[in-house]
Amino acid sequence: MADVQELRRSPLVNRTQEMEQASGSAVSIREVRFTTQVGLRAEPGTAGYAALETHLGGLPERVGDVVGDVDSTAVLWLSPDEFLAVNEPDSGLAETLTKVLGDHSGQVLDLSANRAFIEISGPASELVLRKSCPLDLHPRTWKVNQAYATEIAQTPVILWKVGEFTWRIAPRTSFADHVVSWLLDAMIEFSHQEV
Amino acid sequence: MMLIDCPYCGPRNETEFGYGGEAHIAYPKDPYALSDAEWAEFLFYRDNPKGDFAERWVHNGGCRKWFNAVRDTLTYQFKATYPAGSARPNVSGGTQ
Ligand SMILES: [Zn+2]
Repeated sequence: MADVQELRRSPLVNRTQEMEQASGSAVSIREVRFTTQVGLRAEPGTAGYAALETHLGGLPERVGDVVGDVDSTAVLWLSPDEFLAVNEPDSGLAETLTKVLGDHSGQVLDLSANRAFIEISGPASELVLRKSCPLDLHPRTWKVNQAYATEIAQTPVILWKVGEFTWRIAPRTSFADHVVSWLLDAMIEFSHQEV
Repeated sequence: MMLIDCPYCGPRNETEFGYGGEAHIAYPKDPYALSDAEWAEFLFYRDNPKGDFAERWVHNGGCRKWFNAVRDTLTYQFKATYPAGSARPNVSGGTQ
């Protein structure tokens, strides 16, 4: 039987070369492929919430909050009773959390192919995003390891600041190509030498 | 651009929100007991005040939660936003 891991294609595989060529010291762009994404629904105060909370070492409580970080398992706040857990490819997180939730009310759903993850980094990355993101991206307001649902290139995305100059942008897979086209265009001015 | 204060996400651009009509319309306890006229009234009849109006809004572009707001229909000013299921807050001050 063919190996699924070898056959699968990431949503932005056709843009790999373009993204490499557009990357420079001011700002660079790449796709983070095949992340595991798990949608969680649980009402605070219920047994299901408590079970997930204990296993994951906490659940984010307020808008912008992230529990964990980009190097291990991160849980992003989406709404008071909805969260997105993200970690490395093929981690089996959905199966694990399904067992953790057990028969309690709530939901654990493998959403791994739902969103593409685009990473842009470099000192100019904030300037690139500012061109179309309506939220305040200034470090005074947006701290490292905070994530918000917002819009980039007129497209709904989850925007997650994973480092001082590094952001992950997660649009739905079918919009990923459009978002990358827009980002590449926004990056052009930063690829030239300053005069 | 108007800012709407989502009870869960804080102030966000109005373009992220959708409108859901008048708030605090309770579903009839026994729909079968209603006459056609009463049922039509529940489904279609809404207040249309000049001034404060309690409305349902949904934050499509963020937490995707429904909530309620008291909005002045004359000035468009949002006087309060509050979670669905809670009572309408008393907001002071009339049309400005
Ligand atoms: Zn919201």
